Amino acid sequence: MKYLDEFQDPDLARRLLDDIHSVVTRPWALMEVCGGQTHTIIRHGIDQLLPDHVELIHGPGCPVCVTPLEVIDKALEIASRPGVIFCSFGDMLRVPGTGRDLFQVRGEGGDVRVVYSPLDALHIAQQNPDREVVFFGIGFETTAPPNAMTVYQARKLGIKNFSLLVSHVRVPPAIKAIMESPHCRVQGFLAAGHVCSVMGVGEYPELADRYRVPIVVTGFEPLDILEGVRRTVLQLERGEHTVDNAYPRAVRPEGNPAAQAMLADVFEGTDRAWRGIGVIPDSGWRLSSRYRDFDAEHRFSVGDIDTREPAECRSGEVLQGLLKPNECAAFGTTCTPRNPLGATMVSSEGACAAYYLYRRLDITTAPLEASPVA
Amino acid sequence: MPETTQLTAVDPTAWTCPVALRDHPRVVMGHGGGGALSAELVQHVFAPAFGGETLSQLGDSAALSLGGVRMAFSTDSYVVRPLFFPGGSIGDLAVNGTVNDLAMSGARAAYLSCGFILEEGVEMSVVARVAETLGAAARRAGVEVVTGDTKVVESGHGDGVFINTAGIGLIPSGVDIRAQRVVPGDVVIVSGDIGVHGVAIMSVREGLEFGVEIESDCAALGGLVDAMLAVTQDLHVLRDPTRGGLGAALNEIAVASGAGVVIQEGDVPVPPAVANACAILGLDPLYVANEGKLVAFVPREHADAVLGAMRAHPLGVNARVIGEAVEEHPGMVVARTGLGGTRVVDLPIGEQLPRIC
Repeated sequence: MKYLDEFQDPDLARRLLDDIHSVVTRPWALMEVCGGQTHTIIRHGIDQLLPDHVELIHGPGCPVCVTPLEVIDKALEIASRPGVIFCSFGDMLRVPGTGRDLFQVRGEGGDVRVVYSPLDALHIAQQNPDREVVFFGIGFETTAPPNAMTVYQARKLGIKNFSLLVSHVRVPPAIKAIMESPHCRVQGFLAAGHVCSVMGVGEYPELADRYRVPIVVTGFEPLDILEGVRRTVLQLERGEHTVDNAYPRAVRPEGNPAAQAMLADVFEGTDRAWRGIGVIPDSGWRLSSRYRDFDAEHRFSVGDIDTREPAECRSGEVLQGLLKPNECAAFGTTCTPRNPLGATMVSSEGACAAYYLYRRLDITTAPLEASPVA
Repeated sequence: MPETTQLTAVDPTAWTCPVALRDHPRVVMGHGGGGALSAELVQHVFAPAFGGETLSQLGDSAALSLGGVRMAFSTDSYVVRPLFFPGGSIGDLAVNGTVNDLAMSGARAAYLSCGFILEEGVEMSVVARVAETLGAAARRAGVEVVTGDTKVVESGHGDGVFINTAGIGLIPSGVDIRAQRVVPGDVVIVSGDIGVHGVAIMSVREGLEFGVEIESDCAALGGLVDAMLAVTQDLHVLRDPTRGGLGAALNEIAVASGAGVVIQEGDVPVPPAVANACAILGLDPLYVANEGKLVAFVPREHADAVLGAMRAHPLGVNARVIGEAVEEHPGMVVARTGLGGTRVVDLPIGEQLPRIC
């Protein structure tokens, strides 16, 4: 695979940076929607290399960060039940719920397993017919299709001891919410390329028109990010606001129809709470009535868990781009990856963790602490 | 589900997050991950209970003086799953891991102890195969297993085979290798490709296919260290970057020495298979385990000669200079990225977790 080399080429990066520097005439605030893009930006020091006039605001696109506290608490409750095998992607295990995380549940005897695909959880269910196997189905349009496929397979194969704890969210309603916030400073978006590889770009022209913002579909390697920034800034400088696909090697305008059909069959739209932001109308998916039997929330009767979050951290403002992580008083002091106040410091894709890990050198003299790579 | 909110009416300063987890009332896997949680367990539980000046140095091995003879003493436990993996086995690890811990003090391992904890029901043929690989690894490393012990735990209370080995070896006269000797200006050398062992284990443990079989780099480093010492005895520090990988090892050295460390990320040798596997899983190769690599801090005047000696040895063919010790940012490790930016390479908390997307 040559992509890693080609899309991190320093000479090409320098050329793109030169282009960006030559184009910019005034300050612009861009938001990269996806946490994976945030990670790339900070890890490669891209934000340090851009013109001072170009500000990158880290958006709410980290699935770990925006999963509501009450959903984490539901996961902890289910994972603690006897006879349950609780399966999750790795980085959800360290997200604190109320007082503990999934690692601690495992330490207390719970059977919590890291899997790399929801289908792995389905295989575990097949191998353990006397146990209830639950998969933690969180994330955006990217993780939703395989989760939908897994539920579809479970029903097709007649596997009764598998269920999904669902907290899926969608990007376009979040963009809408950000733009309608009275505090919004965002002037252009780098849209999440892998989301668009599933959903296509059809939902974005309306947003670009209504809010008069350029939306550039962007990939995840350093050169992808720089090209996304370059195209967004070019549009802003020209007074344009169109949807542009800067990630054509992965994104077709129509997306992935098969994946969309699977989503339409298994899920239905619903209002969703976003951690740090609140409830955004029609911004998520839940299992449709046809698949309600596979809904872990109903199966384990945890629907009444309603967690209130104490006023400790300002990640809501960070997730909206209203506050840089290092502008929070708790950053690097009472809030660190070792003792995170919020999920934006827990996940390695969280804006606060990314800042802490890669930029602490410039912005704080706090003593050395562990990073969120674990 | 809370009530739907009109976002325009929301005061974002009121949006909040949960209070942090301040401690771990029970052991979690991260306590064995070689990062901050491991260090806290040792510093807060074991070291105060055991006491002792030597232990407080917290090296991979203890440098001791007994009857006027300087020796290194080390112990390590092996709980790897699966027991046999591409490029090695738990038997190979049990020898090479302890031999390498001794080598990082400049000592050539002489004798090992070997303690087996077997699970009831494990096939005898498996135990025999582990023992054979362990014996063969000891012969290759030039170390003799001279004492041992066996315990059996009930079925379900182990993972087939656990092994503990301890080793001793003599430290040559004039050799003083420890992190406290690092000074700004020292050159940082890594002996070859990083992250290979961790990815090899992950590929078989999790059934992940990366398009090419990756074999563990498991190897005994005593010969490579001998070759380095033949050039100069003035090696400041050697570290065997196992759990926590190169990133954790460099942080330990930076903290112990008080020096800053700068590495050029583009100079760190990461083989394509490891880079691709890490990209797929969202892991950083700097924190992936190695079992046959070392990182050395060498006085600048000896760096070329040491690098040449390493490259002349089969286990150091791909040795590279990756950075230097500096006066700036004491106790911190900083990477210069390929694009010209900088980032902090921090101490991991525990084991890396695959990212969700």
